[in-house]
Amino acid sequence: MKSLEELTAIRDKMQAIVNLRIEDSSCTKIVVGMATCGIAAGARPVLKAFSDGVQSKGIKDVMVTQEGCIGLCKYEPIVEVVAPGKEKVTYVNMTAEKAAEVIEQHIIGGNVVTKYTINSAM
Amino acid sequence: MFSDISLNILDIVQNSVSARASLIEITVNISNAEDTLTVVIKDNGCGMTDSELMKVVDPFYTTGNKKSVGLGVPFFKMAAQLSGGRFEIDSEKGKGTEVKAIFVLSSIDRMPLGNMTETIMSVVKANRNTDIVYSYTVDSKGFVFDTRQIRKIFGDIPCDTHEVNDFIQSFLNENTAELNSGANY
Repeated sequence: MKSLEELTAIRDKMQAIVNLRIEDSSCTKIVVGMATCGIAAGARPVLKAFSDGVQSKGIKDVMVTQEGCIGLCKYEPIVEVVAPGKEKVTYVNMTAEKAAEVIEQHIIGGNVVTKYTINSAM
Repeated sequence: MFSDISLNILDIVQNSVSARASLIEITVNISNAEDTLTVVIKDNGCGMTDSELMKVVDPFYTTGNKKSVGLGVPFFKMAAQLSGGRFEIDSEKGKGTEVKAIFVLSSIDRMPLGNMTETIMSVVKANRNTDIVYSYTVDSKGFVFDTRQIRKIFGDIPCDTHEVNDFIQSFLNENTAELNSGANY
């Protein structure tokens, strides 16, 4: 059996790295809809793709969170990107593959992937 | 209707998140002797009044103001009942809610447990400020995953890193596999 105590070794390694906590308010939020409709449409792999992608690319000021139903169930999985001082971007019918594109082009590159936004779906 | 129990659990946990719980406890207990698979999701969120609680198993009841249906609880209840099992929900306004589904383990109509590691990882990663306790037991042997324990180890050091998440994932996968000892639930 693995024990959570094994994390002390990882902690000791990380203590050496100066790692500043990012304030929530200056953080870009990637919000994944995780209500019944979202989960049924495949939100779990989408959330995984975003959190794995953000971490493997070493992006620091981005937080992945979940929320309930926003009332647009037929467009699930829905992902909102909320950056401070910018207009909210709503991506619809998301997949893990599309998530990788959004991370690359929008989160890192700063260009909204308009072909996946709700405006182009309506 | 979901294809496995782990997706139902993810859905019920979203209710705890919406109820602004600071602690969510998820328990999966498999007993071959009793032929049951029991799932308990307990939170310390805002809870419900008795009249809200009576309505929550009605698919056309929801607390969400943007829609008129709430299928999470009815789906979970139906899944348990289809296997010949039962469903209980208990809540107190201001204290929290406990949802319990007991499945008949050997029933052909019991959906598989599914990928609990994925469900727990999703909940942990998307709710950094909520404490998550997950306990998994097979025939009285089990393990407990507790984010409070992780927070205690890390203190002020950020624990939202690749290394930590990789560790949590293998902790959940390896311990589950060891307890299952070849069986597939």
